[in-house]
Amino acid sequence: MSDVRVAGSGLTAFGHSPERTSRDLFAEATVTAFEESGVPRGDVDALLYGNFMGELSEHQGHHGPLMAEAAGIQAPATRYESACASSGAAVRDAVFRIRNGEDDVVLVGGAERMTNLGTAGATEALAIAADDLWEVRAGMTFPGAYALMAQAYFDEYGGEHEDLAHVAMKNHENALTNEKAQYQSAIEIEDVLEAPPVSEPLGLYDSCPISDGAAATVLVSEEYAEEHDLDAPVSISGTGQGGDRMALHDREYLARSPAAREAGEEAYTDAGIDAADVDVAEVHDCFTIAEVLAIEALDLEPIGEGISAARDERTTADGETPINLSGGLKAKGHPVGATGVSQIAELADLLAGDHPNSEFVDDATTGVAHNAGGTVASATVHVLEVSDR
Amino acid sequence: MSDDDVQDAGFDEWLDAAEEGKAYCLECPEGHASLPPRRVCPDCGATDLEETVLPDSGEIETFTVTHVPTPAFEEDAPYATAVAAFGPVRLTGQVVGADLETVETGLEVELEITVSETTGERVLGFSPA
Ligand SMILES: [Zn+2]
Repeated sequence: MSDVRVAGSGLTAFGHSPERTSRDLFAEATVTAFEESGVPRGDVDALLYGNFMGELSEHQGHHGPLMAEAAGIQAPATRYESACASSGAAVRDAVFRIRNGEDDVVLVGGAERMTNLGTAGATEALAIAADDLWEVRAGMTFPGAYALMAQAYFDEYGGEHEDLAHVAMKNHENALTNEKAQYQSAIEIEDVLEAPPVSEPLGLYDSCPISDGAAATVLVSEEYAEEHDLDAPVSISGTGQGGDRMALHDREYLARSPAAREAGEEAYTDAGIDAADVDVAEVHDCFTIAEVLAIEALDLEPIGEGISAARDERTTADGETPINLSGGLKAKGHPVGATGVSQIAELADLLAGDHPNSEFVDDATTGVAHNAGGTVASATVHVLEVSDR
Repeated sequence: MSDDDVQDAGFDEWLDAAEEGKAYCLECPEGHASLPPRRVCPDCGATDLEETVLPDSGEIETFTVTHVPTPAFEEDAPYATAVAAFGPVRLTGQVVGADLETVETGLEVELEITVSETTGERVLGFSPA
């Protein structure tokens, strides 16, 4: 079984570029990824591409060949759709392809164009990740679903909005030096608490922004990396995926994410690590409460205690296990289909010492990327390890 | 959203039944309950599902007040959405007939099929019991 190496990545700036097509965004990300990796386009065996709402935002289906063309590669290409976990699912299949010897080089990526829909349109588009008949038609929005989980969490384990505000403040702080981030501005607790409500208890600053952007990563087999003398010290050593009932109300727990726990346990076992080995993580903080649920599901915090992690500085840049040093979805932005691959890209740079925030994790060898779809009816987790330090 | 004249088989019949006070879930021989349209029990794969009438009242387990809606609820906002347990199933619904400040976890509610102020479409709702 071949070890899977991250050869190089590219991200567009995440943010507001309503006029840019997803094919243009993705092309930009791939140009950087090929430059950084030193891998020739002709060596790519397959493109696995994540996108969620292309039908709604661009009236475009069948993205695979369109994006292969945009990247300038002649290889079979498939689109992955798993809501916000679309490109996390693509990474997982890329890992399998390389491990089983089917492919030596896989281009994995994703893109999303969202801001051209406006706030109402994007809210409507994001809502299709929930059960249309039984949730959306009752008026549940995507922020509304996470607000239901936040309220359930407060009722069951305690905590308050101010605890969540610390998650937002931390992730904005982390994004200050990330030139790709949508927000490179510090916020205070009061900003979060006084922001207009979206779905109570969550307000504007508890929510990730609506973003345009793309991410691409070139994954290669260890043999390919050695043969071509690539600088690719970071491997994807573990992969896991979990699933759950589609509608939040059909789950056993309203304030936990068992699909992410299942994905995490599988990924840790696959990599031969346990939660205590995790030095740093990028988790899917589409809302502040989502980061709390994620770090509990990944066993980085006990159930019911993740709420205080940012406030008590266990997950800040200087903390024991820094979470979302990229700024997370909250501050970096969340172009849905690009998010899973962008987490891999940021984490690989953090571990390799190539990230503006690498100084906070200079002894780190093991990182985890957690990508979640819908209200975590889908989740993928990947373990990344750096070999030569 | 599909053509207005075309119904969603299973779902629209359920709303019809709920309007008559006969809302139901589907139960398998193991006692797992789920919502239609459903041919197979999502928990165990059993295919002999029977309709079981839901109790008249349920209890709110979590709730939110939404200020930023989808376009289909533009005129309805702000409105409360809740998850409530009705016997063996939970439902997601819009809380109607109650001041938003009075909606809370533990509140006892009844099913009330209401309509969206924006689209006139039927909406699964809860009203205080
Ligand atoms: Zn069953």
